[in-house]
Parts: sequence; structure tokens; C-alpha cells
Amino acid sequence: MTDLAVLLPFLLQGAVLTVQVTVLTVPVAALVALLVGLGRLAPSGLIRLLANVYLEVFRGTSVLVQLFVFFFVLPILLGVRWSSMQTAVLALGLNFGAYGSEVVRSAVLAVDRGQREAAVALNMSPLLTLRSVVLPQAFRLMLPPFGNYVIQLAKATSLTSLVQVQELSFNGYVAIHTTFQTTQILTAVAVIYFVIVFPASRAVRWMERRQLRGSLGGLRS
Amino acid sequence: MSEPIVRFLRVDKSYGKLQVLRGIDLDVAAGEKLVIVGASGSGKTTLLRCLMTLEKIDGGVIEVEGEVLGLPKTADRQAADERRLRRIRGKIGMVFQQFNLFPHMTVLRNVTEAPIHVLGLSKADAEARAVGLLTKVGLEDKVHSYPSQLSGGQQQRVAIARALAMQPKVMLFDEVTSALDPELVGEVLNVIRQLAHEGMTMLIVTHEMGFARSVADRVIFMDRGTVVEAGPPEQLFEAPEHPRTRAFLRAVLER
Amino acid sequence: MIFSWGYVIEIAPLMLHAATTTFVMTILSMAAAATIGLFVAAARASRHRAVASLGWGYVEVLRSVPLLIQIYFLFFVFPEFGLTLDAFVVGVVGLGIYYSTFVAEVYRAGLEAVPRGQREAATALNMGGLRALRSVILPQAIPPMVPPLGNYLIEMFKATPILATIGLHELLGQGEQLAADTFRYAEVFFLIAVVFLGLSYPSSLFIRWLEAHVSLGRQVARAIAEAEATVV
Repeated sequence: MTDLAVLLPFLLQGAVLTVQVTVLTVPVAALVALLVGLGRLAPSGLIRLLANVYLEVFRGTSVLVQLFVFFFVLPILLGVRWSSMQTAVLALGLNFGAYGSEVVRSAVLAVDRGQREAAVALNMSPLLTLRSVVLPQAFRLMLPPFGNYVIQLAKATSLTSLVQVQELSFNGYVAIHTTFQTTQILTAVAVIYFVIVFPASRAVRWMERRQLRGSLGGLRS
Repeated sequence: MSEPIVRFLRVDKSYGKLQVLRGIDLDVAAGEKLVIVGASGSGKTTLLRCLMTLEKIDGGVIEVEGEVLGLPKTADRQAADERRLRRIRGKIGMVFQQFNLFPHMTVLRNVTEAPIHVLGLSKADAEARAVGLLTKVGLEDKVHSYPSQLSGGQQQRVAIARALAMQPKVMLFDEVTSALDPELVGEVLNVIRQLAHEGMTMLIVTHEMGFARSVADRVIFMDRGTVVEAGPPEQLFEAPEHPRTRAFLRAVLER
Repeated sequence: MIFSWGYVIEIAPLMLHAATTTFVMTILSMAAAATIGLFVAAARASRHRAVASLGWGYVEVLRSVPLLIQIYFLFFVFPEFGLTLDAFVVGVVGLGIYYSTFVAEVYRAGLEAVPRGQREAATALNMGGLRALRSVILPQAIPPMVPPLGNYLIEMFKATPILATIGLHELLGQGEQLAADTFRYAEVFFLIAVVFLGLSYPSSLFIRWLEAHVSLGRQVARAIAEAEATVV
């Protein structure tokens, strides 16, 4: 019992890294999602093809496999040795960015066609239309699905323990194999994850409901 | 004075197998108020949308001030064609049935956004122009409101100011009062009437027959993609020649 | 380090053998998830508050804890209570339980999508609950469920590499072992990626095709239901 009290700070330290990895990955994933999502809507067939290939490759292979590829293969290919944390953030960012691209694409397409037509009538360039008219409106639509992905990302950080990132799962594993207080430690780990994830997912669901209400109630012609 | 400002020459347009415009020949003189009436599906909205480059035509030619408004049929458009198209497009302005105001921008920003980023006006100049136009349409006290805070009639008036801010040579009105509650229609029509007085070239698609009679220099009746009859409003409304025109007017007046 | 195609061909049989483990694991896990999901969905739909809350709690907890930790639980904690499961069983049970929460949601949504009028029509035709379910509700509820379930099947397939951490000899586990000996990570992971992509991409295309044709399937199902109803 007292072992747990001693181990708890160690586990919480891991939890801090869990949050850290999540927070660092979000901007990477968001950037990738935007680029690939818009790429899939580009007028150029070549860009669309590249974006779609990217999407299918990163969606079609397992995220764990991708983590391993980046961890083992990348140093060989590029001759650089990155830290586990950097590798993990990159791999997770590229993977979740792929899923995020679908969100970006749907949101942009969901913006009312009349908005684009008004922009044409005002002689706005396609880029200006995207920047000023479409993206700001699409952004609001992207938030709940993005929120869901952030939660999945937080859980996926557990996989980075397998590439030596010392987050919660890693520390939990180490603790189990050094003290053999398996049940207590794993329960503590599960509880900590729950405390991190559950409130966040409630918040996202609240966001989803709020947006659903807004779009139906605020519709004025 | 001699050359029409807008010219449709044997314009065809199809959506798949459905032909919506058949060989339209139409000249619009500078300063003319042309009202287009007809049943839904007659092609009147499509006519406007083709002029506004929202649709590509399948045959014939549209000219604006003598220049061909063409979207080249080939897939790859050159930069020069693109610039040319945008230069010509800048002469046309359009107001939509659904207003299409930008909901995430204030009224002021709706009206200044394009002048600043497309015409290159400074923020100060664009705002001055915007305020002037919004005052003209009677909404100077709503400049900082958002579209969702305005009534339909107010939103449509903002839409008109927004289009005017680009100083087009030709204004297109596509059933701009059809989506409004009846009591809000008048305020919008008044703005359009005022604009007409000031000499703007206009193409107006509308169901408001009384308004059409009062503002039009010429009325054309379209049916199934062709111009069935054209003439001054007194003639078309009082003594229509074509049986289809008569049938349409009877149906409309019986409502 | 040059990429050796010869090596790829050399290890291919071994890897494909491991891939069959992956494949079988996926199918069995889906069966488990589909079954457990039924109970979960039933529990959540139950009118007994206690049962419904239990179902709700089950789902919320399992969705808030990473799959890896759940696998660890089955593999490391259960033995402490006398239940030692081998890696394969842990995989099937672990994936089955984790994904049962998602499957339950698909069941719920699918049933809810059937217009209420259908239930009322069945009652008006004096159909008993079971017959109504069999002839009217399920034929309409099931076709739309197939694409999402298919997607989860693919997701489970992609989740199997997690089991390499508990020593299962599936694709990643086998690959790691090979690579650890020979250091030919590039070739190994290339093969892994090819297997995954080769199976999941066509599958997801198929599912997208299904989605497009589901509405047709619903009409067919409805027609069947109507025809059967008159025979009552």
C-alpha cells in the first residue's frame, strides 16, 4: 500500500509527459490536417492525388507501426538521431493530421455554396475567398471533430511508451516490472488516464451539442 | 451609346441533358433597366448567373463592353486569361435571393472586405465608401451589427450596398425579394428604384409585377430557355402578343 | 544501408504466416466485440436504471483508458487473481471488450434510425414484438450498420500490432524479432506497411462503395419487410 504512495509521483510525472506529448502534437497535426485537407480540394489534379495518397497511407497503416517506422527507420534513412519525444510527436502529428484532413475537407465543403458565389460576385480571388470567407466559417465546424481527435490522441500517447517516451504507460510498465505491485499500479494508471480523458470528452460532447443547437436555432434567412 | 454594354449572342447552356438556355440573343444598353420575368425553370436566373461567371456557357458568346467574357474551354487556363476574366467580371455586380452576407463579419466589414482586398482601397477609403453606401440604403446605424442581428430586408439592403461598393457597371438582381417577408419587400424595392434613377444598368429577375412595370425600360418574358417576347412594360403587360406570355401573365395575376 | 529486395522476398513467407495470426485475431475480436456489444447496447437501452447506468459506466471507463493499458490489465493483472491468459486470448478478449463499446453505439444508432412509424405500423398489423423485430425493424436497421461495422473491423485490424508488446507473434511482433537480429528495419517495416495497406485500403474502398449503396439496400430491406408483413 505504501509502495503506491511512493510510486504515485513517478506515475504523475509520466502523466505530465502524456499531456506534454498531446499538446505538442496538436499544432503539428493541425497544420498537416489543413495542408492535406485543402490539398484534397485543390484544383490541381496532381496535388489532390498526392494529398489522397498521403491520407490513404497514413490511415491505412497502424499508428503503432508508423511510430516504429519513424523510430527505427528514419534515423537510418536520414542519418539523424532524433529524441523519442520528437519522433513521437512527428509520427503522431502526421497520423492524426491525416485523419484531421477529412475534418477540414468536410468542414470546408459544408460552408454554404452561396458564400462562395457571393465572393465570386464581389470578384474575390479563390485564395481571398478561402482566407476571408470560407475558412473562418469552416473553422467553427471543425472544432468538435478536432476535439474528439485530441482525445484519441491523448490515449494514443500510451503507444509512445513503446518507443521509449517516458509518459504514463511507460512509467507504469517500469513500475510493474520493478515492484510487482501490478494491480495497484495499473489501477492507478487507469484512474489517472480516466481523470485526464473523461472530463475532456464530456467537454467535447458539450461542444458538439452546443454547435448542433446553434446551427439549427441561429438559422435566419 | 451605340454599343450595348452587355451582349448575349446565341448563348446556350445545358445542365447535363436539360437545356436551360437556347440560343439567347439579347442586347442591353448602358443605363437600361431590363426586367426578366418568367416561370421557374425558364432560364432567367441561369442567364444572370452566366453573366456573373457563376456558370459556364456551352455555346455562343457573352460580351461585356465589347469584350468577350470567356472561360476558355480548355482545362488549363493561362494566367493572362484569368486576369482578363477577373477584370471583366469586376464590371458586374450581383445581389442574390438568399443575400449571402458573410455571417462572421460585421455589416461594415461585409461591405469593405472586397474593396480593400480586391480593389486595393485603403481601410479608411473603403470604410468611408461603405458608410456612404450604407447611409444611402438607410442602414448607417447598423454598421457594427452582424447579419444575424438584422431582418431579411435589412440584410438584403446591406447586400446591395456591398455589391455597389465595387462600383460595377452592371448590377444583377436575382429575385432579391422572393425570400423576404411581404412587409420587408418594399424597403428593398425602394432602394433599387433609387438606384435605377441614378442611371445604373440593371438586369432584374423578379416576380414583383408592379415593381417591374414601374422600374423597367424593357421587359422580356422567358420560357423554356428562350426569350419569347420583349418590349416596353406597357406593351408587355397591357397587350402581350404571344399566347405563352398571355398565359403566364394570367396565371401570375390570378394569384 | 541499402534496401535489399532479396531480403524482402526471403522474409515474406515468415511475415505472411504472422499476418495470418493478425487476420484471425481480427476476425475473432470482431466476433467478440459484436457479441459483447449486443449486451452492452441492451443494457444501455434497458429501462432499469441500475442496468442502464452499469452499461453507461462500462462504456465511459473503457473509452477513457487507452487500449494498451486494458491489454496490460488482462495480461498482467488477471494472473494475480488466478486467471492467466495467453497473448492470443488476451488479444481477442481485449480488443473485443474495447471495441464492444463502439459496436454498441452502432447498434443503438442503427435501431434509432428506423422510423418510429415502422414500429407503430407493426403494432397496427398486430405483430408481436419478436415478429416485428424480425420482419420489420431488423431488416431496416441492419444494412446501414454494415459500413460502420466494416470500418471498425479495419480499425481492429490496425490495432492488432499493440499485441506485439505482450509477445504475440503477429505481424509487428514477428517483424521486430527479425529486425532485432538483422537490423534490416527498412525491409521489415516496408513489408509490414504493404500488408497493412494492401488489406485495409481495398477494404475501406469496398466499405465506401457499400455506404453509397446502403440506401438501396434499405429500400430492398423495406420491401422485404412489407412483403413478409402481409403474410402474417
